[in-house]
Amino acid sequence: MRLTCPLCGERDLREFSYTGDAVLCERPAPEAGPEAWDAYLHLRENPAGVARDLWHHGAGCSAWLVVTRDTVTHAVIAVALADAP
Amino acid sequence: MVRLVARTAAGGALPQTIGGLTLAEHLPEAITAVMPFDGQEGAVSDDMGMPFPAPGRTSEADGALAIWAGRHLALVLGAPPRSSHGAISDQSDAWAVFDLTGPGGAEALARLCPVDTRAAQFPPGHTARSLLGHVHASITRLKDDRLRIMVPRSMAHTAIHDLTRAMGHALRSQSAG
Repeated sequence: MRLTCPLCGERDLREFSYTGDAVLCERPAPEAGPEAWDAYLHLRENPAGVARDLWHHGAGCSAWLVVTRDTVTHAVIAVALADAP
Repeated sequence: MVRLVARTAAGGALPQTIGGLTLAEHLPEAITAVMPFDGQEGAVSDDMGMPFPAPGRTSEADGALAIWAGRHLALVLGAPPRSSHGAISDQSDAWAVFDLTGPGGAEALARLCPVDTRAAQFPPGHTARSLLGHVHASITRLKDDRLRIMVPRSMAHTAIHDLTRAMGHALRSQSAG
């Protein structure tokens, strides 16, 4: 598997670490309440299809990336910087 | 009074020549990390007297070389820059810097690094953060026949071991071919 880092270009999987569902980018407000925080911390979709995941390019430019991929076909659809607007 | 003797990262293990390739230690005047504050790359470039390097590129001025080294990060080899528009830290003793000179340096590196560093893909002025074996490294092409390799100083002897082995393997496959 190869990922195309927006800064470094196409790179081998060994340079990246998988760090979970990209829902981690959508942090609830501090006063959002226990249900919102429980969902943020513990509840995850398990889609057969398009998934958005966080990856860290630790052995490259150290950027955090949101990788959109298809869990059925293993196709990588898009790679973007996690803080891109 | 105790007299301390300064030792370089390679500590006398270099230079080594294997076939047409030479691995030598490079000792810049200083190594300075430059991290511009949000949106301040232009102001930092003005202070540095050269453009803050774009991802995967270097820039040069007055004998100083700025190597892009990650997101919002450049390492300046040479006279330390000054700027109030970014975080500047002295990392002179944190890195081991090697120059791999001679034809076929990329063929030796191909045994260790997953990035294609041949000159056709990676001409002078290009740089990459990647792996050298299992060591995080910065690899830059300075000239057609010279690659600069930087690793954390604690990994200097691991990198020398890996690089000299790879140079030997490249030489043997060259003479076999």
